[in-house]
Amino acid sequence: MLEAQNLSLSLNGKSIINDLSLHVNKGEIHGILGENGTGKTTIAYLIMGVNNYKPSAGRIIFEGQDIADLSVSQRAKKGISLAWQEPARIEGLRVRDYLRLSSNNQGVVPIERYLWMVGLEPDRYLDRDIDTTLSGGERKRIELASVLAMRPKLAILDEPDSGIDILALPYILSGIVEMNKLGSSVLLITHNEKVVEIAHRVSVLCAGKILRTGEPAEMSLWFKENCQKCIHINEPVAGDEK
Amino acid sequence: MKISVEKEYQGMVDAYGKAGGDKNALLGKEIARLVIHENRVLSANEAKGLKMETKETETGVNVSLVVEEGVKIPSPVHLCFGVLPKEGLQEIIMKVNARDNSEVSVIAHCIFPNAVKVVHKMDAEIEIGKNARFDYKETHYHGEFGGIEVIPKAKINVGKGGVWQSTFALSQGLVGKLDYDFEVFCQEKAVAELVVKVYGKGADDIKVWEKIHLNGAGARGLAKSRIVLSDKAKAEVKGETYGNAPHARGHVDCIELVNGTEAVARAIPIVSVTNGQAKVTHEAAIGSIDRKQVETLMARGLDESEAVDVIVKGILR
Repeated sequence: MLEAQNLSLSLNGKSIINDLSLHVNKGEIHGILGENGTGKTTIAYLIMGVNNYKPSAGRIIFEGQDIADLSVSQRAKKGISLAWQEPARIEGLRVRDYLRLSSNNQGVVPIERYLWMVGLEPDRYLDRDIDTTLSGGERKRIELASVLAMRPKLAILDEPDSGIDILALPYILSGIVEMNKLGSSVLLITHNEKVVEIAHRVSVLCAGKILRTGEPAEMSLWFKENCQKCIHINEPVAGDEK
Repeated sequence: MKISVEKEYQGMVDAYGKAGGDKNALLGKEIARLVIHENRVLSANEAKGLKMETKETETGVNVSLVVEEGVKIPSPVHLCFGVLPKEGLQEIIMKVNARDNSEVSVIAHCIFPNAVKVVHKMDAEIEIGKNARFDYKETHYHGEFGGIEVIPKAKINVGKGGVWQSTFALSQGLVGKLDYDFEVFCQEKAVAELVVKVYGKGADDIKVWEKIHLNGAGARGLAKSRIVLSDKAKAEVKGETYGNAPHARGHVDCIELVNGTEAVARAIPIVSVTNGQAKVTHEAAIGSIDRKQVETLMARGLDESEAVDVIVKGILR
């Protein structure tokens, strides 16, 4: 479904993404596991096309088409969406309206359902604005609900667990699984090896490069034993790449 | 040829409906309302505990509104002011007295759909009694010619424990020239909220001046403005709050969004404290529409212009 081929991106002379290749299959939850500063969010931005990020080399192929020159809207219309690590606050935009526009006003599924799926009571949230009156955790859950409402072919979820309290995390994870069951492939970006347990495959990221890809349990263990203890911050050592 | 009051009234109702308003608000017999076209009073409908007196002048109408002590008016009172011809002058001199422990919500509709050279002035003196509550919402419906000058001015005194809340909204049609000037004096434990929401386009010229004097202990005030500017529109917003008494709390909150390269926005927040136990804060932000907000909506499938539209509507809602 999605194939990133030899992607590179430098910002202010610094290499952020470094000849990265990645393949997300249709129907798959694909985890990207990486420490802070390894380029996780940059991958999300490159695929979605936000923040004026364009690869300096390489191609982003979605369903057989190179999308690197498409606008954010065009990519979204092709079926890609992004839940931001720190979602924007928009004054005066009600949760109800945000979910409706995300669902393209299809009305096939009542929007209330998407809030239930992330553990939020619709009666308490539908008429609230997605502004600063929501806590960080509430806003992130609403962000996930809006991606659920969109029913994208590929959902890019950038650190959906960060800022989420321990009681709410199961709702986030079950929402992602539900999203996948409803037909979305998911690129699940996180630094938390527990979160990728719901993935089908996991890639470990370091210095803007995929070091290895494999089963979640195996990759989580490798990440714990190598990346979390690594003193070569963001500098893979010989033998890491596989 | 002079047209009948009925026809004139119907013209106002139709213009209001065309602008997206609910015509029933101006038609139902049981609804308290005052409808003024140019300098003519077309309808004045009182409610129990609400007295209206009007006097037509050469250039407008003098209006007196009194809400009797302890009376809570159950449904909103509708005021409708307008000038339907292309040219005209309407001066409304208003005296309002919401007596102690009263409660009322007033919705004003100001309709100028064809204005090419129209001036609409309102001068109001408003007295809010002890523990009284007055909600005032004024919405303007302008045409696409921009030939209108709107000059609403009010001095409001809010008695002990009283509440004044007002919202001035002008986002339909071209603003023309706006010179808004509201000044509130809050006594002990009184509350004042002034909100202004304006969408400037074309060559609109917008001046907003909100002043709140927190003169009584424990008084609270908020001066909030939301201005969006496109094309060559310009705006200057002054938000002033004075904390003059112990435990008074005030806040000035101004956001101006500039969409495009030719619009000009200025914000001048003034906060002043003359009592050591008072606290007044302010925040003012002027800038282009936040790129991340736009891209958030684009990532849901909206085109860029649709995304900007959603953000603008939100901020002016």
